Amino acid sequence: MSRPGGGALPGQSNEGSALLVARGIAKRFGGVQALADVSFEIRSGEIYGLIGPNGAGKTTLFNVLTGIYPPDGGTFTFAGQTLGGLKPNDVAARGVARTFQNIRLFGNLSALENVMIGRHVRTRAGVFGAMLRDARTRREERGIEQRAFELLEYVGVAKRANDLARHLPYGDQRRLEIARALATDPQLLALDEPAAGMNATETASLKGLLEAIRGDGTTILLIEHDMKLVMSVCDRVLVLDYGKKIAEGSSAEVQKDPQVIAAYLGGDVSLSFKET
Amino acid sequence: MRPLIDTSRHPALVWAGVAIVGLALLVLPFALTGVGTAWVRITNLAILFVFLALGLNIVVGFAGLLDLGYIAFYAVGAYVYALLASPHFGIHLPFWVILPIGAAVACLFGAMLGAPTLKLRGDYLAIVTLGFGEIVRIFMNNLSQPVNITNGPQGITLIDPFRIGGMSFRNADTFLGITFTGPIKYYYFLLAILLVVIVINLRLQDSRIGRAWEAIREDEIAARAMGINTRNMKLLAFAMGASFGGVAGGMFSAMQGFISPESFILLESIMVLSMVVLGGMGNIWGVIVGALLLSFVPEILRYTVEPAQRALFGKMLVEPEVIRMLLFGFALVLMMLFRPAGLLPSATRRRELEGRS
Repeated sequence: MSRPGGGALPGQSNEGSALLVARGIAKRFGGVQALADVSFEIRSGEIYGLIGPNGAGKTTLFNVLTGIYPPDGGTFTFAGQTLGGLKPNDVAARGVARTFQNIRLFGNLSALENVMIGRHVRTRAGVFGAMLRDARTRREERGIEQRAFELLEYVGVAKRANDLARHLPYGDQRRLEIARALATDPQLLALDEPAAGMNATETASLKGLLEAIRGDGTTILLIEHDMKLVMSVCDRVLVLDYGKKIAEGSSAEVQKDPQVIAAYLGGDVSLSFKET
Repeated sequence: MRPLIDTSRHPALVWAGVAIVGLALLVLPFALTGVGTAWVRITNLAILFVFLALGLNIVVGFAGLLDLGYIAFYAVGAYVYALLASPHFGIHLPFWVILPIGAAVACLFGAMLGAPTLKLRGDYLAIVTLGFGEIVRIFMNNLSQPVNITNGPQGITLIDPFRIGGMSFRNADTFLGITFTGPIKYYYFLLAILLVVIVINLRLQDSRIGRAWEAIREDEIAARAMGINTRNMKLLAFAMGASFGGVAGGMFSAMQGFISPESFILLESIMVLSMVVLGGMGNIWGVIVGALLLSFVPEILRYTVEPAQRALFGKMLVEPEVIRMLLFGFALVLMMLFRPAGLLPSATRRRELEGRS
């Protein structure tokens, strides 16, 4: 199934060129160097994995990228423009959408409303439009609702459209967060552990969803602890440990890297992740 | 999106209901005059409180910003009207000019309160807004010198009533053999405005803006990550809420003919907030019910407590005012115990008062 409205933004057709370039990103919290001189490039149309042991700085990198924390050093260049100093809402407007490790849905709103809120940044109606409900506002409102419903269908939670988000089962909440992020028409979708807490079946179907999203022209940055998923779905993987980049490359290369093995297992052991 | 009743199943029934309620509202002032002339006035004040509660509901119920100084905007609207339509400065503008000015000035004050408090939430925001409400009241109390602007604690008197053509809202007029007293005229005017205000609120809630407010209430960080400009949306909520208060204040001024800072004390802010909480934050119909209940029940008690005591004990044991406050406090405690989300809770319960992680 093709995503409604996918690939609407310009600049994503140039498959393989750098969409996001990170140069020397650094972030310090008090005495903790959460990120130190992290550089990488994400190419248009790929699924780029970000892995590392707990506390390696993966989520911090997300928070710096999306403008929640200002970086202490370094720059992000996204689709040719710098993201430096932008607020989270401006980053979203540029085309970077994210989900959260600890799901942050609008719990007391319906699933459909959650996705409709994602359309906010791509729509324009103001206070007077809302009060007067002129033809343009009504048309826009219909468009928002229709698109939101299509996205719910796309991620597979359309049946729960009118349920409050907090009443959805865990796996559906993860999918709903993805739908909400997709509603902002992102060029880069940053997912923070989307498979956390999912069973094997749910993870397999999530993998299908990720591939479908990429197939529709959206680049994905994926933080994930489920190595089977990372190794099977990611084109390239970046490994962080103690805030530093310790390896980057294809999943096969990264699995053999002695530094990565040491970081995960603390010794000279060989790793093997069979594809599912 | 949120139908009150399933209108698709019983359209005729709904319209019949609307017609009955509409008719009842139209004849209400004449029925009330039969009970006692004061009751029309009480009803008018109750409708003003519905305006205030609906305005505060935008800030507290939709956007989740706890505002304890809301009455300041009511005061601003009231003073704008009083200064532009009284002998105090000798200016006598018509009401339909002043009400929009009052709304705009209150709107500005709303943005003034909103701008420095953008990063505050919950308890901290409550403290700042409470201070703001007091500051406005104290200014009104003291702006009598060196230049006499507000006339201090004496307040402003002889404020013009509404006038449409040659008809003044202060005097009684007879049309088609029916006598319309001043309060009855205000009642119909208020009823018409109320209808507009309710429609505006319903539309705001079910719009791109309303959803953005609710997103901020639910999770500000997620809202920002979804591209919502939380700064502008919060300022907008404060400004919108304030302008409702400003319009209500202007009408209060005209109806009373006299205002002083005493009408805008902290207790009034708390009263309006209680109306919003009692009815059910974020639910427009709940807020209306809450405002009407808290306006009428104390008045009803005022007129029944004394006769009831005389009938039961043969003499007055407790002052009506004391019993009113006792029952009011008791009702609020019961509410918080048994219906913490309000009489008509909104499907989208607020979390502002529960504290957040």
